[in-house]
Amino acid sequence: MMAHVDSIKKGATASNNSFLIRAEKVKNHLGPTILGLLAVLAAEILIFTIKSPYFLHVGNFANIGRAMSIIGIGSLGATIVIIAGGFDLSVGSIMAAAGMLASFLCNQGLSTGIGLVSALFLGGVIGLLNGSVIAFFRINPLITTLAMLSIVRGIAYIISGGDAIVISNSAFLAIGTNDFLGIPITVWITVALFLVMGALMPRTRLGRYVYAIGSSLRASKLSGIHVNRWIILFYVISGVTAALAGFVTVARTGQAEPSANIGAELDMITAVILGGTSLRGGKGKLLGTFLALIVLAILSNGLILSGIPSYWQLPIKGLVLMTAIIWGEIRRTSRDVD
Amino acid sequence: MIEDPVLRTTNLSKNFGGISVLNSVDFHVGSNESLGLIGDNGAGKSTLVKILAGVYSPSGGEIFFNGSPVTFNSPSDARDAGIEIIYQDLALCDDLDAASNIFLGRELRHRVGVSRWLDRRTMMDEARIALAELGADIPPDQLVGSMSGGQRQLISVARALQFSPKLLLMDEPTAALSNTKIHLLLDLVKKLKNKGVSVILISHRFTDLISVCDRIIAMREGAIKAEIVPDLDKVSEMMAIMQAALSGESIS
Repeated sequence: MMAHVDSIKKGATASNNSFLIRAEKVKNHLGPTILGLLAVLAAEILIFTIKSPYFLHVGNFANIGRAMSIIGIGSLGATIVIIAGGFDLSVGSIMAAAGMLASFLCNQGLSTGIGLVSALFLGGVIGLLNGSVIAFFRINPLITTLAMLSIVRGIAYIISGGDAIVISNSAFLAIGTNDFLGIPITVWITVALFLVMGALMPRTRLGRYVYAIGSSLRASKLSGIHVNRWIILFYVISGVTAALAGFVTVARTGQAEPSANIGAELDMITAVILGGTSLRGGKGKLLGTFLALIVLAILSNGLILSGIPSYWQLPIKGLVLMTAIIWGEIRRTSRDVD
Repeated sequence: MIEDPVLRTTNLSKNFGGISVLNSVDFHVGSNESLGLIGDNGAGKSTLVKILAGVYSPSGGEIFFNGSPVTFNSPSDARDAGIEIIYQDLALCDDLDAASNIFLGRELRHRVGVSRWLDRRTMMDEARIALAELGADIPPDQLVGSMSGGQRQLISVARALQFSPKLLLMDEPTAALSNTKIHLLLDLVKKLKNKGVSVILISHRFTDLISVCDRIIAMREGAIKAEIVPDLDKVSEMMAIMQAALSGESIS
């Protein structure tokens, strides 16, 4: 009898140990940043639920989803570029230019599909230019993409004469305003992109080389990787995702204007850094960026619902970014000391 | 000259801007031979092996590998030909794990539909075997950034040996190692030679070279100044020759 009880106890202990080992593995796999973001998310939901009775309303979650999807789509490319040790400040301008091109073509009677493909192509070409200058001339990505920010925004103003283009194409507008299964189409697009890229990153050379080049450009080059080609590809991806985000912006607001999406790059960078991606390159996760987007979208939404004036959002976002950078730096230096 | 050199260079030169760092270097390495290269900083040793590894293009001269003239436009070309290099600073990606570093640039892939995905499991298994063969107790999924200097060196060695090189270039591999680790590395050079791999070993430590190399070449100012066949009974005599070659004095 005693032996039987002992064996049950041993079984229970082994089961507990195996659960603990599994929990430890999950914890290590997710890392402190993801776990921290999940904790912040839980705290936000709790606080804003108490502050506003409307917060948990289904319609409000659709609002949060729509708000995060535009920056979310662009953040995908921004995450890849930053993990690879780069930076892309031109995304906001690409969004405006791509949105204007798609709107112009659709208003000329062309289909939404042609408008979309043209917008993505434009984003890809601008990314190609960014990547080529950075890769072949070894010019700092901040300087290169800052220059591109001005060039693209300026051209958008010159061609449009500063005027907005109002969309009348209903198929175009449906992308930004319609739902599918009760969830906004823009949210489906964002989630699908993150899932696809999240599946590709650990399984393809693209994902492997994003981290390798971000970790050590020299070691990657000496390992026979054609680093210039890959760097260009990363900026093309950033350009294309920014263009898609610009297209979705127009579909949501119903008009394209050359001054649209000013400062979008800062929102994207905030999400990427808050999501745990290192500004030094080599480290980061798409899941982190995705969670950070939700955290930031809920923060904006919750502040509005709590009656806090909208102009408070900017310093609060800045504070969040600063905290994320300091936290990342503290973790990095503590690892170095270890 | 031995009959079947794995590698031979004729009039190999390299200029950076107007500065000549390698002047008409003729040398060879035989199959199963371990060749030592010694010289002060700036003698041209690292430039020479980087040309052989495809990192630099020569300004002049020719390289023959397995009897045929070759042109290496990139490190990939040299690796494809069967020349591997262990860099002085190891050239590893700290944010990748051991297996990813060992296979970096030559990832194993398998077909999934129309695309080719990384064969992570096979790479992990092969990295585990490669590290075990080197006597390294390192999990293949451990991040290189969290490893000690000795472990990082072993990752670099495992990477160089993973694809069965015909010629291994080692640029100051003992520079950052403890005495125990240096002996392990020198033993490895002997084992490689027995396996049929030719080795070019750069070192500042003459005693290391004399213990494992079949020939030693002394370089100064981008040129070969002396060549000896080590003889453990004549160490002081050889050291005098090397010292003279490296300092530019005539041998009395």
